[in-house]
Amino acid sequence: MMDAAILASVLATVIAAATPLLFAALGELVTEKSGVLNLGVEGMMLVGAVTAFAIAVVTGNLHVGVLGGALAGALMALLFGVLTLTLMANQVACGLALTIFGIGLSALLGDSFVGIPLDGLPELDIAGLTDIPMLGTVLFSHDLLVYLGIAMVPLTALFLTRTRWGLVLRAVGENHEAAHGLGYSVIPIRYAAVAFGGAMAGIGGAYLSVAYTPMWVEEMTAGRGWIALALVVFAAWRPWRLLLGAYLFGGVSILQLYAQGGALFDVPSQVLAMLPYLATIVVLTVLSSRGVRALLAAPACLGKPFHAA
Amino acid sequence: MWRLEQRSAPSVPMQVATPFIALAASVIAGGVLFTALGHPPLPALYAFFIGPVTTSYGLAELAVKATPLILCAIGLAIGFRAGVWNIGAEGQLTLGAVCGGGLAAMVFYDASGVWLLPLMLLAGAAAGLLWAAIPAFLRTRFGVNEILVSLMLTYVALLALSALVHGPWRDPTGFNFPESRFFPPDATMPLILAGTRLHLGFPLALLVALIAWYALARTILGFQLDVAGLAPRAARFAGFHPERTVWLVFLVSGALAGLAGVIEVTGPVGGQLVPVISPGYGFTAIIVAFLGRLHPVGIVLAALVVALSYLGGENAQITEGLPQAVTGVFQGFLLFFLLAADVLVRFRLRRVAHA
Repeated sequence: MMDAAILASVLATVIAAATPLLFAALGELVTEKSGVLNLGVEGMMLVGAVTAFAIAVVTGNLHVGVLGGALAGALMALLFGVLTLTLMANQVACGLALTIFGIGLSALLGDSFVGIPLDGLPELDIAGLTDIPMLGTVLFSHDLLVYLGIAMVPLTALFLTRTRWGLVLRAVGENHEAAHGLGYSVIPIRYAAVAFGGAMAGIGGAYLSVAYTPMWVEEMTAGRGWIALALVVFAAWRPWRLLLGAYLFGGVSILQLYAQGGALFDVPSQVLAMLPYLATIVVLTVLSSRGVRALLAAPACLGKPFHAA
Repeated sequence: MWRLEQRSAPSVPMQVATPFIALAASVIAGGVLFTALGHPPLPALYAFFIGPVTTSYGLAELAVKATPLILCAIGLAIGFRAGVWNIGAEGQLTLGAVCGGGLAAMVFYDASGVWLLPLMLLAGAAAGLLWAAIPAFLRTRFGVNEILVSLMLTYVALLALSALVHGPWRDPTGFNFPESRFFPPDATMPLILAGTRLHLGFPLALLVALIAWYALARTILGFQLDVAGLAPRAARFAGFHPERTVWLVFLVSGALAGLAGVIEVTGPVGGQLVPVISPGYGFTAIIVAFLGRLHPVGIVLAALVVALSYLGGENAQITEGLPQAVTGVFQGFLLFFLLAADVLVRFRLRRVAHA
C-alpha cells in the first residue's frame, strides 16, 4: 500500500513530465489544423531547449531563456514554412530535414554549455493553496510553465472553436481551395500556424532544459517530439483529449522511472525505458484499428501543398 | 517581381543539377558557419572537405563510411519512391547488428569456418527484415502511421542493444566494460586494401546498388513502385496492391539496414558489440536517399559526399578545433538546400512586369 504523500508527489511528477509533451503537441495540433504536417517537432524542441538554456545561463534570467526558446522554435518553424509553403517542398521530407538539422544545430550551439549547472525554474508558492495536504502537492507545487501549459488547453480550444480566426484557420486546413475562394490568404495563415507550433515546441524544449532537468545534454528530448506527434493523432485533433493523452504518457514515463528506482520488477532499466515508445505504438494501433472515425478527424488538407494558380 | 510558374513536366536537367546546387550552397553556408564560429573559412573548409581525402587511407575511410549509408539509403529510396516512409533504418540496422553479432559473440565465439560470416550476414538481414515487418504489419492491418511506428521501434532497438551489452552479453573477461566478447577471426569482414580499413562490405554495397538499379529500372516491380508513389489510384486500378507495396518496401529496406548493421560490427566497429554502433547512419541515409535522387547510382555518389561530412567533422575537430557537431549541421544544410532547390524541378522562375 503506497503512502498517500508519496502518491501525491508521484502525481505531481506526472504533471511535470506531461508538460513538455503538452506544449509541443498543442503547437503541432494548431499547425495540423491549418493543414500543415510538420514532422520537425523533435528538432524544434531541441533548438528551443538549447537556446533557452544558453540564454538562461548567460543572462541569469530563466524567463528570458524560455522566451528565447520559444523564439528559436518559431524561427526553426519558419524555415520549414519557407520550404513547404513558399517553395512547396514535400512536407514529410522537410519535417525530417528539420529534425536532422535541429539535432545537429542544437549539439553545435550547446557544445560549450554541456555540464554547466543551472538553478531550475522555481516552484510557485500560491498563498493558501500549496499548503493544502495532498491536493496542494499534486496541483499547486509547480513552476509557472506547468500552469501555462494547462492554461493553453482551454485557450487553444476556445481559439479554434469560438473565434473568427480560429474558424478561418480550420477552414484553411479542411479545404484550402474554398478558403482561398472566400478571400482568405491561405499561405500567411499557415505561416502563422506553423510559427505558433514552433514556438510551442520551443517552450516544450525549454521546459526540459530550464525546469524539468535544468541542464543541457545532446538529444535530451529523447523522442518526446515524436511522441507529441503521436499524441495529436491520439487526441483526434482535440485539445482536451490532448491533455488526457499528455498525462497518460507522462504517467508511463514516470512509472518507468519509479519502477527503475524501486526495482519493482527484476528487469534491466533499459527495458523499462522502452515503455513510453512501446506505449505509443500500442495506443496508435488501438486508435487506428477503429479505422475511419479517427481518420475523419484529421484535417482534410493535412500535408497537401497549396499553390494559388 | 519574380513569380513561380508551374512547369508542364518536371525538368530533367534540373533534377540532375539541384543536388550540385545544394552541395555548392551547403559549402558556402559551411564557410559562413565556420566564420561565425570564429574560424577563418578557407582553412576550415579545406580541413572539412579536402584534408580527409588527401591520403589513400582517407579515401578508403570514405568508402568505409559510405557502405552503411548506401545499403540503408537504397532501401529507404525504394520506399520513398512508392510514398512509403520507413524512418526506422537506424533501429533495423541496430537489430541486425545485435542478431548477427550476437551469433558470433554468444553462440559461435570459438567456432571457425568460412560459413560463419555469411551466416551472420543472413541473420542480421533477417533481423532487420523482421523488425521492419512490425510497422509494415501495423500499417497494412490497422492503418497505423508507419513513420511513427518505425521511429519508436528505433528507440526500442537502441535500448535493447544497450541492455544486452550492459547485461547478459557483457564480456566475462572484459573488466566490466559494456562490451561483448570479441568475435572469432572468421566472423570479421575481410579487409581488401592493405594498410586501410577498407573491407568486403563496400563492394557488397555496390553490388546491392547495381541489383537495385536493375530491379527499379528494368523490371515491372520498379514500375509498380513508381506508379504507387506518383498515382496511388492508378496503381490500384492496375491491380498493384498498396498493401503489397508497403510490405515489399519494409522487408527490403529492413533487410538492407540489418545487413549494414552486421557489416558495421564485423568491420569498422572492430568485431564486437558495443553500446553505440552507428553515428546515426540510418537517419543520415534519409539525406543520402534524397541527395541521390532516389536513384541507386545517385545514392552511391551521394553516400560518398555525406561520408565526407563525417570524416570532415572529425578532421576539422583535430586540425581546426571545430566542434564535431558541425557534421550534423552540414548534413542538415545539404537536405534543406536540396529540398529548396527542388522547387526548380517543378516550377520555373518567371519575371512579371508588375504585381
